[in-house]
Amino acid sequence: MTRRTDFLLNGSLRLAVHTLAEGEGRPLLLLHGLGEESPHTRPAWTAAWTGPVLALDFTGHGESEVPVSGGYTPEGLMSDVDAVLASQGPVTIVGRGFGAWVGLLIAGARTSLVHGVVLFDGSGIQGGGPQPPTPYVNVLPASGAVTPDPYALLELSRDPRPPDYALDYVRFVLEDSEIENPIVVSARIRPDWLAAVASDIGVIELPLEQAVASFA
Amino acid sequence: MPETDQTREFPGAKAPDRTGSIDSSGLRLALNEWGDPEAPIIAMVHGGFDFSRTFDVFAPMIADAGWRVVAWDARGHGDSDHAHLYGWAADVRDHLAAIQSISREPIVLLGHSKGGGQLLDLLDGRPSLARAFVNLDGLPSQFSSPDVNDRERRRMRRADLASGLDRRRRRAELTRRPDTIEGLAERRQPMNPRLSREWLEYLVTVGARQDSDGWRWKIDPVLHLGGFGPWRPGWSLDHLAALEMPFLGVLSGVQDDPMGWKSRRGDIEPFLPPGGRLEFYDDIGHFLHIEQTRFIADLVLEFLGRLR
Repeated sequence: MTRRTDFLLNGSLRLAVHTLAEGEGRPLLLLHGLGEESPHTRPAWTAAWTGPVLALDFTGHGESEVPVSGGYTPEGLMSDVDAVLASQGPVTIVGRGFGAWVGLLIAGARTSLVHGVVLFDGSGIQGGGPQPPTPYVNVLPASGAVTPDPYALLELSRDPRPPDYALDYVRFVLEDSEIENPIVVSARIRPDWLAAVASDIGVIELPLEQAVASFA
Repeated sequence: MPETDQTREFPGAKAPDRTGSIDSSGLRLALNEWGDPEAPIIAMVHGGFDFSRTFDVFAPMIADAGWRVVAWDARGHGDSDHAHLYGWAADVRDHLAAIQSISREPIVLLGHSKGGGQLLDLLDGRPSLARAFVNLDGLPSQFSSPDVNDRERRRMRRADLASGLDRRRRRAELTRRPDTIEGLAERRQPMNPRLSREWLEYLVTVGARQDSDGWRWKIDPVLHLGGFGPWRPGWSLDHLAALEMPFLGVLSGVQDDPMGWKSRRGDIEPFLPPGGRLEFYDDIGHFLHIEQTRFIADLVLEFLGRLR
């Protein structure tokens, strides 16, 4: 099907949520990587999913609106996903790159509304590393409505991701989840945070297609 | 609301001599200035949940000694625009935009609490901005975190996460609770237990707005204390050690003050930049420049005297 786009409000900013496939039951929500936008068609690796397949454009990306003067943080963009959860109810998440990081965070913050999360390779999977990167501060000209917002690219490629911080979210998920393996790592690139997540005893690894099928 | 219930006096408090604004990539930050516009510049950066008018007593004392004092409200605070997104790095960038709009030459920078911590980050990356740096109880250290076990720390983080997301969900209808001047002052007192009610009531009249149903703090209601993500206090010490300009740090040693990072002299001294100076007062609370205004102003002026 040609994707259908609906808009949600997160505060005063519009977020684009695309329906890539219709269906009955719990939606599969795709979170794109840094600087990317949602796919225009249903990815082949979602074939086993019989429910709706949705995809969110993060703030400052794709067809979602661009805030004035940046201020991007992964924790701030959790509220983008939370707006979808408020609208759709429980979902299963597949996150690519930066979307994998936010997917893990929101899975830990909204355990009753995220029924499994798959962490996959993609742009922005590294973040700024386990410690703050080399100090660098710069002011960019106002970008208007252009996506991807240059401030998103700047700020979300420098956010520190300490492994123990990631493991806090793993614990939040595992403490509450009613399913056996709520976190699945399909990514092959393993920055420190993801290596720590993958090595946790409660986390399993599967190829992407099988990971999606495990939650279907 | 009685029409006369609009102003409060406080000894030594003086409204800014000039006001203006700064553009930070399209976001408007409110600017206040005291003193001779031709005098050497000292820029003051306030702490979290404060605003630049909290310098209303301290800034005039510095200005009277021959300085042009410039201070701005952080995004979402005071009279500055509310933003869609907030974060430590965005605040640091706003400070850069403000400083560059004020002067292309190095100036003196002073930061209190969170503002001091953010200037540490900025000056590590942009040391040429400052000819000297004064940090008032804004020196977080890895030793100063509350003594809580992992389970309790995770519980606190989780509660913070949930409340932050809930607040963002309700953002469209969030407003600060209206009250009288006395009522707002009383509600702020737990954050500032060592400051007088007279001062807090004065603060209401410069940091809140009067609506038809009462006074409300101007700060964006979506903001809450904490919410720094994975930020670690100890990361600031790396920035401190890297500084190369004249440095004065002032620590409050009052351990039961609800605000501040509670760093001790021994936590910070190993990371002082070459020639850096550190003062520690165990009888002055976190808001040193408000609680002991004359004393701290004299300390800062004595330090700055070497620059003139």
